[in-house]
Amino acid sequence: MNINDKSPAGEVATMAEVSEVVKKLRERAKELLASGAVKMIIGYGDGYSKGKTVPIFITKPEDADRLIFDARCQNSLSMYLKTAEIKAKGKIGIVVKGCDARAINVLLLENQVKRENLHILGMVCEGVGDPTQDKCGWCMANTPPVYDDLFGEPIPNKGWNEETFAEVLKLEAMSPAELWKFWTEQFDKCIKCYACRQACPICTCTRCITDKNQPQWVPTSPHSEGNYHWNLTRAFHLAGRCVGCNACHNACPMDIPLKLINWKLIKVVYDDYNFIAGMDSATLPPMETYKVGEETDFIK
Amino acid sequence: MAEFHPKTFAFFCNWCTYTGADLAGTSRMLYPADFRVIKVPCTGRIDFEFIVKAFEQGADGVWISGCHIGDCHYNSGNYYAQRRWAIFRQELGFLGIDLRRLKFSWISAAEGRKFAVEAKEFVERITELGPYTEFHSIIPKTREAEAVTGGGN
Ligand code: SF4
Ligand code: SF4
Repeated sequence: MNINDKSPAGEVATMAEVSEVVKKLRERAKELLASGAVKMIIGYGDGYSKGKTVPIFITKPEDADRLIFDARCQNSLSMYLKTAEIKAKGKIGIVVKGCDARAINVLLLENQVKRENLHILGMVCEGVGDPTQDKCGWCMANTPPVYDDLFGEPIPNKGWNEETFAEVLKLEAMSPAELWKFWTEQFDKCIKCYACRQACPICTCTRCITDKNQPQWVPTSPHSEGNYHWNLTRAFHLAGRCVGCNACHNACPMDIPLKLINWKLIKVVYDDYNFIAGMDSATLPPMETYKVGEETDFIK
Repeated sequence: MAEFHPKTFAFFCNWCTYTGADLAGTSRMLYPADFRVIKVPCTGRIDFEFIVKAFEQGADGVWISGCHIGDCHYNSGNYYAQRRWAIFRQELGFLGIDLRRLKFSWISAAEGRKFAVEAKEFVERITELGPYTEFHSIIPKTREAEAVTGGGN
């Protein structure tokens, strides 16, 4: 896609037919804002270049007509819920796909948002991106697992899909030396921009470990050591919490395949503890609990 | 060249393995001393950052040991630690860390004998593997000399 291929804002919306689903979404948004049920609605609006969307934060009922929803809506709006500005708003509405709703479930579980402060506008989603993102092929939440209003015909959600992990399995087959080479080469590209952290709906710490310097756990310079340490830490802090939305992967300007590390950990957590993050907001992730009597084979 | 002594770090819980090491010592058991012990209150206290930091300080191997499952002084600390290591170890392996350089064990305060045996196994294993040149290669040049040879054992 050519990012310079600019078309004026709104052009796509006027060209394309507004789908029934989007009409219903706009109607409902109008109602919610007019009645004062929510202070603001976070949704997708048309972007400034073709094929792109921008997040819109609407407060007036008449602006509800700017809301859109289609396969261009790739980004996760759930990541805004962690910001102080949004938290200060009180009750808000938010447009979510299944993966974004799973992220909300994690935030609810971790008490990062209050359920009563959210009006979740759930969209049934059959995949986003052009071409459709790989993660959508094995999505386990085409119908959002949590919502207040649902738009679109619900699709029965698929279960765990081994196909997701073909690329992980390929890496698993490599020797430690090959893996070391592969990852250090990838991580060497990192410029420590922290876009991965910012884009992640689940990275909620107001002060990230990498910004702390007493003690300085993660070396801050973008050299091999600091990059390895950062990427290792980022992924582990999300183990058992990551919903596989690929927001970090898509945000990385250096094309580091962050999704592979995330998927590896998603797989480990499922294989060993039968846990999938964000499917509900009550089940504790594996590292926050334990079973009496359980043992592992690597500790002698 | 002088005989190679690996640089290794050992994180022991105060209540079991550290006391087990004491027992091995007071019982005059012999074991190689090529590890630096860092005493922590509980294996649950060991943030995974400790392990990464140890390697950044030039470690050739890291050993983590605490109370047996069910024996934790704080009831559940080692249960949490166990799950953390089970997952973290697999991430490390996936990112190319040589898992032979990491050792985990449960050694109680009464197991002086086991302590001596495991210490010997650990030091021999790491000595045989030699310096962890792979990881040393990513340590910045400004710190490398100090980290890799610093202090000896
Ligand atoms: S895929 Fe990336 S952005 Fe999405 S939840 Fe996981 S770590 Fe966060
Ligand atoms: S987004 Fe990519 S380049 Fe930026 S800090 Fe994360 S891994 Fe590094």
